[in-house]
Amino acid sequence: MSDKSFVQPSTLQPATLAIHTNRAYETLSNSILFPIHQTATYIHDTVGVTKGYGYSRGANPTVNALEQAISALEGTATAVCFRSGMGAISTLCLAILKAGDHVLLSDVIYGGTTRLFQQVLGNFAVEYSYVDVADLDAVAKAIRPNTRLVFIETPANPTLKLADIQSIAEIAHKHKDVLLAVDNTFLTPMLQDCLGLGADISMLSTTKYIDGHNATIGGSLATHDAVLTERLKLVRKTLGTIASPFDSWLTLQGVKTLPARLGLHCKHAGIVAEWLEANPRVAKVNYPGLDSFPQKALAEKQQKGFGGMMSFELNATTEESLRFIDALRLCTCAESLGSVETLITNPATASHCDIPSEERSRLGVTDRLIRLSVGLEDPRDLIADFEQAFEQVFGGAK
Amino acid sequence: MKFASRLVHFDSSPGDPLRPMATPIYQTATFEQEHADSFGQYDYSRSGNPTRRVLEDQVATLENGTRGFAFSSGMAAIANVTHLLKAGDEILADWDLYGGTARLFGRVLPRSGVTVRYVDASDQGKVEEQVTPATRMIYVESPTNPMLRIVDLKATAEIAKRHGLLFCVDNSTMSPYLQNPLDLGADIALHSATKFLCGHSDVTGGVVVVKDAKLADEIYYLQNAEGSALGPFDCYLLLRGLKTLKIRMDVQQRNAIRIADFLSSQPGVSEVFYPGSERHVGHSIHQAQARGGGAVLSFTAVSAALAKSIAENSELFRISVSFGSVNSTISIPLKMSHASVPTEILTTRSIPESLLRLSIGIEDADDLIEDLSRCLHG
Repeated sequence: MSDKSFVQPSTLQPATLAIHTNRAYETLSNSILFPIHQTATYIHDTVGVTKGYGYSRGANPTVNALEQAISALEGTATAVCFRSGMGAISTLCLAILKAGDHVLLSDVIYGGTTRLFQQVLGNFAVEYSYVDVADLDAVAKAIRPNTRLVFIETPANPTLKLADIQSIAEIAHKHKDVLLAVDNTFLTPMLQDCLGLGADISMLSTTKYIDGHNATIGGSLATHDAVLTERLKLVRKTLGTIASPFDSWLTLQGVKTLPARLGLHCKHAGIVAEWLEANPRVAKVNYPGLDSFPQKALAEKQQKGFGGMMSFELNATTEESLRFIDALRLCTCAESLGSVETLITNPATASHCDIPSEERSRLGVTDRLIRLSVGLEDPRDLIADFEQAFEQVFGGAK
Repeated sequence: MKFASRLVHFDSSPGDPLRPMATPIYQTATFEQEHADSFGQYDYSRSGNPTRRVLEDQVATLENGTRGFAFSSGMAAIANVTHLLKAGDEILADWDLYGGTARLFGRVLPRSGVTVRYVDASDQGKVEEQVTPATRMIYVESPTNPMLRIVDLKATAEIAKRHGLLFCVDNSTMSPYLQNPLDLGADIALHSATKFLCGHSDVTGGVVVVKDAKLADEIYYLQNAEGSALGPFDCYLLLRGLKTLKIRMDVQQRNAIRIADFLSSQPGVSEVFYPGSERHVGHSIHQAQARGGGAVLSFTAVSAALAKSIAENSELFRISVSFGSVNSTISIPLKMSHASVPTEILTTRSIPESLLRLSIGIEDADDLIEDLSRCLHG
């Protein structure tokens, strides 16, 4: 039989890559899927000699299979997978920062990232500050002599504010030793090639679109810098933040439908965003694909799609907005995003609850803001669900 | 609710106070009893398991039936329904059946005194003609495997009804997304869930769906008595795979249409069998009873040697039995999926040695066509 072990990834389309990245088969059985190496340890050939895997806290073949799949999407030689997205960010910080270093963060950013700096890294004398990433002059001015890392999210959670990755990379790289990391969770490398745009590190919460089925918690980092990759693996082994074999295996199965899912997430989100914007009950919709979105041109420049995430405010009080969420039957009120099921949250009481109210409002994360992760349901059913929820909360009259 | 929404919106954890989004895997053999002489809803996982129950209810809903049953394989599902019969009973089956089914019918059922007679079920007149007083069941696939022949399910259901027979349809090549045999009058719809329902090649399983409550009770009795139900972890994986059934099949079918067109224009190809093609025999019947041509097709190469070389030189089509997965596969039915067909039947079935069966995945169609093109042109 022909040797099918090596297909050059560069010649294949994304939909194919997502399925055919890993051909490092277990040659014993020719199993079509990579086996779940649910093992803690490996037998040594002779004392001290292994086949590259010693202990699953350091590395595991099933985790490595997922790393190959993600690296194919990222266009890097390898990737490093973690127990969670926060495991990825914290390992990155502990791998490259030391006491006295400064980190510049997007002002609108996932609440868990804020908490990591406020509650944990702050205790280790790591300085951090926030900047409006839509204002490039402000970004340039915010870099300090001790800045070591610029960590941004684009589109930002939950306001969808964008950061110009290419321009911020140029600003960061004017300084020696400043690395740019981008949390690419909302779009994935399929819709936004942040490494190609100049970022040093691409970070993903694989819990979201990469898995896509709400089955696992996971994270990944990818970089072209081989020395940094080795450093990340060493610190991961030291901290014990590596992904588990079963989670990696489930994520590998999820990533196969990523291209098929993403296309529909974008399509459905576009339909829902336009419907919401045209509805008199809705005050404002934040979705990069809308003409009303102030940074639509930037989205068109650096993204290959507008994504499946949006946020909106109703012409209503906070209390009514929360009742609206409760009245939905099809859209599920749950944290997380990027899954086949449509998920809806109130960031002020969920993902961003640790940020003081005044600070939140200044950033556009108002108490009544609603975040929506559009799933794969037929959008007509989602719209019907919104209509019945409006009816329940506001009655028939518009 | 539309089909796409039904796939992802169902009660995934009935009664669970924690309300997890994904169905919990109840990987347990037994359940504690509250009293020595009474049982709760579940007692022993062979008889019932909460993870399996969610799956069985979901497939019943998707096939527009009332009760579903999950089995450890498609063959276990088929064996279950044949055990509804007794010695002296007879099954009237279409001659073009999956090899494993032909093996069960030809080598196993005769031991218990159940006989199987074959008929060309695409010819309604012949079916009616072949019914005898001993006939209890009509059994067909449509489209068939591997020739993709079409059987008129509604007309066959009417014959079955006239003679008081059970009509059983293996719907594996279509899935409930594209065809619902129960709506067309069948009594039993069954699937190898290993195929499109799962879609990721990670589960071997089968499902049976019926509408009639009495028939459901009999099938349940056998499922429990024979211990052929699907395990909890496999049920969990199947529930997970099912969520993307529509989006997978939409892409697979779109790719299949392009590949069928491509193959039709190739000098190395003699004939293409694809139900979605207007030239396909039975196309109009298929269009009336199904919602698409699906993603399984077969074709004959100009020589058996060329067929073998295509299978072995393709890079993206992996040589593999089974079909319906996200990745494309290629097989030579005569040597693979249908090698188990008893020889006396094989000679009458005349599956050409040059026949290749393709199951089209969700790769980019350009990559697949390029791969086939390279194989066809050396």
